[in-house]
Amino acid sequence: MTTAQVNSYRTGPDEKGLFGIYGGRFVAETLMPLILELEQAYKDAKADPSFQAELDSFLEHYVGRPSPLYFAERLTEHLGGAKIYFKRDELNHTGAHKINNVMGQILLARRMGKKRIIAETGAGQHGVATATACARFGLECIVYMGSVDIERQKPNVFRMKLLGAEVVPALSGSRTLKDALNEALRDWVANVEDTFYCIGTVAGPHPYPEMVRDFQSVIGVETKRQMLAREGRLPDSLVAAIGGGSNAMGLFHPFLDDKEVEIIGVEAAGLGLRTKKHAASITGGRPGILHGNRTYLLMDDDGQITEGHSISAGLDYPGIGPEHSWLHDMKRVQYVAATDKEALAAFQLCCKLEGIIPALEPSHALAHVMKIAPMRPKDHLMVMNLCGRGDKDIFTVADILGVKL
Amino acid sequence: MTGRIERRFAELKQKGRAALVTFVTAGDPDYETSLKIIKGLPRAGADIIEFGMPFTDPMADGPAIQAAGLRALHSGQTMKKTLKLVREFRAGDKETPVVLMGYYNPIYVYGVDRFLKDAKAAGVDGLIVVDLPPEEDDELCLPAIAADINFIRLATPTTDDNRAPAVFRNTSGFVYYVSVLGITGTKAPDIKSVGKNVNRLRKHTSLPIAVGFGVKTAVQARAIAKNADGVVVGSALVSAIKDSLTKAGKPSPKTVKAVHLLVSDIARGVRS
Repeated sequence: MTTAQVNSYRTGPDEKGLFGIYGGRFVAETLMPLILELEQAYKDAKADPSFQAELDSFLEHYVGRPSPLYFAERLTEHLGGAKIYFKRDELNHTGAHKINNVMGQILLARRMGKKRIIAETGAGQHGVATATACARFGLECIVYMGSVDIERQKPNVFRMKLLGAEVVPALSGSRTLKDALNEALRDWVANVEDTFYCIGTVAGPHPYPEMVRDFQSVIGVETKRQMLAREGRLPDSLVAAIGGGSNAMGLFHPFLDDKEVEIIGVEAAGLGLRTKKHAASITGGRPGILHGNRTYLLMDDDGQITEGHSISAGLDYPGIGPEHSWLHDMKRVQYVAATDKEALAAFQLCCKLEGIIPALEPSHALAHVMKIAPMRPKDHLMVMNLCGRGDKDIFTVADILGVKL
Repeated sequence: MTGRIERRFAELKQKGRAALVTFVTAGDPDYETSLKIIKGLPRAGADIIEFGMPFTDPMADGPAIQAAGLRALHSGQTMKKTLKLVREFRAGDKETPVVLMGYYNPIYVYGVDRFLKDAKAAGVDGLIVVDLPPEEDDELCLPAIAADINFIRLATPTTDDNRAPAVFRNTSGFVYYVSVLGITGTKAPDIKSVGKNVNRLRKHTSLPIAVGFGVKTAVQARAIAKNADGVVVGSALVSAIKDSLTKAGKPSPKTVKAVHLLVSDIARGVRS
């Protein structure tokens, strides 16, 4: 790929749903009319001020937005360099950024007259957010979840059930997030009339990467406003963790054309990039086609998809949103990786210094902050997206630390 | 110039009967057994042979074909071996059309140009790639046509009169009508609505229309063959392979025979 200058990094995707060569609509013919219908419905909603007003109202009163931009003073002192801010999306209702996107999609589903909602989930956060919004609006909710993940994330499975959702185990393939996505697509093919597929990240066929990005962009829009109010200028750098990449895209997108802002996405390096046990699609994968879009993927030499591994169940997806792939090729965003071990150390440090138990996903972003903040001057403003809280992860962490609960 | 697929449908039209199109996954349960299975398919009554190119994430397939793909992959099947399988079949059969069916990623990773060249050389006549709708024709459809390989499109119950022209624009060989809303091998097709939809699609294309997804028995095949130019049977054959395996998942002496017997049975249905 060339890195030819573009006037703006924020105009994508094109009418075919492409960001450069990434994205697209690689789906079975049965789904094509539905995807075109969704694209049109989203276009109409976007142009309708009453849709945005309704969404804003739910984000304020139900989700609890805006989330604070918090100066992490003790962490800043400890690292001795850049001034570190946390964007506190872990304070949202349901404990993560996922609900921002879900509210948007569920309001759209209602607008389209769809009564049955399906979703995929890995760690369970997107499933819980979807079950929550469905309960709020009285919609039928079916969540596909790999049977391996159901075993690993029992508290979230119970939460979804309490909220009235049906949790269906994905028993095919490797029985994790990618297989849950396959099962959700299979459901959609069989139930085209009444079903809305609520995808949890900036992946899938067009228009999902664009739509989910737009709904998550509230994170970056708020950050910009809050930083201008606090410091009178834009941040110098942004850091966010990436699985599929929705929290990162939400923070990054409003800043893409502010060329002085350094932007860094942190993938999960698992046991290390030299092992096969990681989930770093960009730093350790290559372009291919899966789940409706072309993007960087983890796969073998024959084009067979391999498993991602990460301590964080929310990051072990073998792909990444197509817009991230494009931003990588264009060199606008820098993609790095943090290991399980580094994320765990960051998790513990955040608990002790800031009194915040972060999810293991943003702990990867924090691990990178710990690496680079000490080398930056004291007037460097760094924002890290604290996209989820860690209550769901205490069992995993206790297990690794050898503590019996 | 006419290809094998076109010739085969023309022959059968003269005989006044529909084609039996059989699907098995290449390399299921292993390479050698798979070769024996496909070599015997024409004699058992298959008019056109479809080989599935195994993929880890077949989003339009039901449990039977998903499992077949994983069996093939676990036994070491690769794209190279799938093309070799076609070559070995073609060495002994110059006329039966061979169609490769699967998903785009393994082809993309193999390299589109290299794939088309090797597939043509091996004796492949057509391609069905599930996750390439007409919106993505630049990827493989147009290059395949340029390489003189038929690009066969799936039409579905959601392919309405507005969409049909786009679906049939760059297609050749035949049209594969997906008879149910859903994945392979799960629901049984409703014969009446299939007939109605096939007749509706004929207004948009003069290509032969083969009907598949959920056809399992000779009785169903016969009923569908009345209105269609071809009947596709897949999951039932793949399930016959699975049922014949030993407890350890290895092929048994019954494996090859089980598939051929079922094909003969369904062929009688199509021909009666």
